[in-house]
Amino acid sequence: MKNRYDAIVIGAGHNGLTNAAYLAKSGLDVLVVEKNDYIGGAAVSRELHEGWLYSNCSYVCSLLRQSIHRDLDLTRHGLMIVPYSGTTNFTRTGDYIAEYGDHAMQYREIKRHSLRDADAMHRYESDLMRYAKLIRHFLLRTPADPTSLKPRDLGEMIFMAKKFANMGEEQVYEFIRFMTMSAGDFLDEYFESDLVKTLYATSSIIGTALGVYSPGTAYVLLHHVMGDVDGAVGAWGLARGGMGAISNAIAGALQEHGGEIRTSAPVDKIIVRNNRATGVALDNGDEIYADIVVSNLDPKRTFTVIMDKNDIPADLHKKAENFKIRGSSGKVNIALTGMPDYPSLPQGHKLRNGSFQFLDSMERMERAYDCWKHGRWSDDPFIEMTQSSMWDPTLAAPGNYFVSCFIQYCPAEVEGGWTPEKRDAFGKTVIDQICNYSPNFRDLIAHMEVRTPFEIENEIGLTEGNIFQGELTIDQLMFNRPFPGYSQYRGPVKGMYMCGSGTHPGGGVSSACGANSAREILLDLKRPNIVPQDDVDE
Amino acid sequence: MSKQYDVIIIGGGHNGLACAGYLAKAGRKVMVLEAAAQLGGLGATREFAPDFCASVAHTLPQLTGRLVEDLELQRHGFSLAQESLATVAMSDSGAHITVANGELHGAPAGDTAAYPDYLQRMNKFAAAINSFWHKRPPMAGSGGLQDITTLGQFAWKLRALGKEDMREMMRMITLPARDLMDEHFDSELLKAALSWDANVGSKLAPRSPNNAVLPLLYRMSGDFGGELPLPAGGVGGLIDALAASASSKGAELRTGCAVTRVIVDGSQATGVELANGELFCAHTIVSNADPKTSFFKLLGAKHLETQFTHRINRLRTDGFVAKLHLGLDELPDFTGLATPGDRMILAPSMQAIENAYDYAKYGDFAEELPMEVVVPTVHDNSLAPRGKHVLSAQVQYAPYNLKGGWEAQRERFLDNALNTLERYAPGIRSQVVATELLTPVDLEQQFRVTGGHWHHAEFAIDNWWMNRPTYGASQYKTPVPGFYLCGAGAHPGGGIMGAAGANAARAILEEK
Repeated sequence: MKNRYDAIVIGAGHNGLTNAAYLAKSGLDVLVVEKNDYIGGAAVSRELHEGWLYSNCSYVCSLLRQSIHRDLDLTRHGLMIVPYSGTTNFTRTGDYIAEYGDHAMQYREIKRHSLRDADAMHRYESDLMRYAKLIRHFLLRTPADPTSLKPRDLGEMIFMAKKFANMGEEQVYEFIRFMTMSAGDFLDEYFESDLVKTLYATSSIIGTALGVYSPGTAYVLLHHVMGDVDGAVGAWGLARGGMGAISNAIAGALQEHGGEIRTSAPVDKIIVRNNRATGVALDNGDEIYADIVVSNLDPKRTFTVIMDKNDIPADLHKKAENFKIRGSSGKVNIALTGMPDYPSLPQGHKLRNGSFQFLDSMERMERAYDCWKHGRWSDDPFIEMTQSSMWDPTLAAPGNYFVSCFIQYCPAEVEGGWTPEKRDAFGKTVIDQICNYSPNFRDLIAHMEVRTPFEIENEIGLTEGNIFQGELTIDQLMFNRPFPGYSQYRGPVKGMYMCGSGTHPGGGVSSACGANSAREILLDLKRPNIVPQDDVDE
Repeated sequence: MSKQYDVIIIGGGHNGLACAGYLAKAGRKVMVLEAAAQLGGLGATREFAPDFCASVAHTLPQLTGRLVEDLELQRHGFSLAQESLATVAMSDSGAHITVANGELHGAPAGDTAAYPDYLQRMNKFAAAINSFWHKRPPMAGSGGLQDITTLGQFAWKLRALGKEDMREMMRMITLPARDLMDEHFDSELLKAALSWDANVGSKLAPRSPNNAVLPLLYRMSGDFGGELPLPAGGVGGLIDALAASASSKGAELRTGCAVTRVIVDGSQATGVELANGELFCAHTIVSNADPKTSFFKLLGAKHLETQFTHRINRLRTDGFVAKLHLGLDELPDFTGLATPGDRMILAPSMQAIENAYDYAKYGDFAEELPMEVVVPTVHDNSLAPRGKHVLSAQVQYAPYNLKGGWEAQRERFLDNALNTLERYAPGIRSQVVATELLTPVDLEQQFRVTGGHWHHAEFAIDNWWMNRPTYGASQYKTPVPGFYLCGAGAHPGGGIMGAAGANAARAILEEK
């Protein structure tokens, strides 16, 4: 087997594949090594039960950068993203509140609950959109190092300052407020109805070990509306064929440019000689050499597991240990043999195709977080249930349905440690919650996969099962991500780089981290840059 | 009957008095109108029971030598009963950890070794931003040369930290207290005590991000006495000196004079009207009251533009701290302490603090109430008859909006507080001869502070610097010409510091 390449990327998650694809496109001889026997990391489609295809980790797509989609020709490699809309939040009283894609329908729906809030909706959406459009400028760019006086960093800071200045002084102050507030407090400033607030607040706690009233969750909310599908900012979509279609398409682009992927090849260590990376050593003892080694693994795993403590600066090891990457999410993936009944929704209502949520008050959402703080899974969990099959018929035979349930909160560690029994008890809590609103749901379950942070970590390698490769809090964002001084994708030794979600711009299936990292690698190699920069909306 | 003044200050809290002192010193004709029978606001020393006195604020960590010198406070009678109190992380078994003079006593070896570096770094960061508490916040775009200079100085101070420290400060500044503690220390008891100053007085708990480190650095801004000075005569001793200083320069200080409204003539503030109908005129009207009171009750929303009103209305002003004063007929015996002469933090762990917070989030309160306790009479005889003592405790978390109301539940809260104290000082219940419990509702009613909030509005980054109380009023001027703010709701915030008053005075002097 060949054992020398120009670049090795560790981890065939979507960012690693993107990184490798750009390097290959630039003309480098690239190998991606992956521990599992399948590629994609957390963007995968798995047939875990015969006849059903599960997006058993990530399940919806919005953050994938359009310019990368075009650049790597992902459509030709099989990727089609179908926008979906309609999220229904059921109440305990048999009512519901829904989020529609259509603005006028959304107004009428909110008005049904509160006239004042329906009017406030316009203000809320326009304010949020303003922030989303601002932040989108920075996603496909390497963050500036604010301590540096290098022309490049100064230039980047001026670029940022200009974008901010375009908003006007008042909006700069409002944005600073927004970035540091809790989603709950932010929503309190617009809406009076608890139910309306809950509808919007759910995005603020996805994958996050914080509560709706914890400062900083307003940013997480923004993080989930800053993507787009086909230019509709804030929209979410389903990849046809499941999330694996994204990874497969990127892998297709990679391979077309001459890149190689080797699965079932877990890396034991990055080999460092004379303060430079020279390759990787696999678990089975094989060594593969390259002058460029890129880690797609999360920062904690990269610097405390696959790099030798003696090969990195002492303070970096400590920073990696302190890096916050707390698991807070669970996943229950379900094969259904029929369409469950949802009594709260009228028969034939189009919302029956959409996603469902089940917490009808901010207090319940906050209490769900309290459980996590005490080391338990939420006994009244937040669930986002996506009915992928309603938008993608390729996932199951007609009459059968794949349903993805994403749950907050589920801790990485429970008292006495996770066991299969506890995992199943967690799964039961989730199904019980759903059955409160759909009495026959349980009867239609043909198969169920329950994943706590324990499973997510062990199978995919995401430390503590944190889906973003690290919390999305200010101390770990932008020039702080993953650590101050290491936010430009370069590792501590020459030739070593990072490209996973633990770098800017953070988590979500975006490919931006992989691309930004490739840009830096090409810069260091003094090769022409082929990585897009700065998605332009206007 | 109206008399012309240069400046009328509504509210004789310590910021109002400091403002008066600076203005009078500069030759302005100043009158301070205080609604209560005595000056001082939350800094006043009051007799809460016959012969027993206490002030709501009880120590002076933020007092600056600059204020003391500028207003000649020592000449006017201000002194310390104790240069500096240590902070004791109290264990109910007596195995306390003491934090004093930059060192730990009774802590595990690792923590003892780690503390000096931690403290040195925090001091360095606090020093970098210290001068900015005493300057008006810069307006980012529309400010003039002074503001651009301030921003430049701020950037420079950060840069002067050195690359590594600058990076660390920018990372650390938004950390939750819990993470900051976990990164440096192991002992749960120690971490609870060191995290206390980050969250006390705010709707924050150890796990709350973003708004923990700034209060810690803010509290380190004082330089008079030691880390935690104890004033003689309670904080009222400082109030008296501030009042005497202002009076000595010609300021008129009136108590029992409630202002009902600010008179706006055309679009200019020109005077005030009292509850008894008296009218007073002045070129400049300054409010020491909290922003909501200042803008809605005193000025009136009709004089303000809608968006501005909205920005004041949305301020988070619910208080979460209760103050407990106990009159004791002898010195309480805290297990393991020779005398309770220092500041005691009764919180076994950050988790315990978090638990108490979780109750308050939903409008309830916990059984175990974490608290900060000072027995000032160990050092100060003036607050109680000899041999008897006052216990002053800041008790968390007591939500302003308590489900079921405070009237129905104050007894239960008091009971919980006494039970907690009893665990650390067995027998203390039997020593209690007088009690005063000030819930946030009491603080609001008795001290006229919206929500009973120490800082007048939450001390959080989204409400800080240019955003305090909101842009458009962050430089002490307000949208109504002639009307200024000088209280904790303005920059830099609450705590007994006098900086808001001093900064406001400077802004007023610069105007003319």
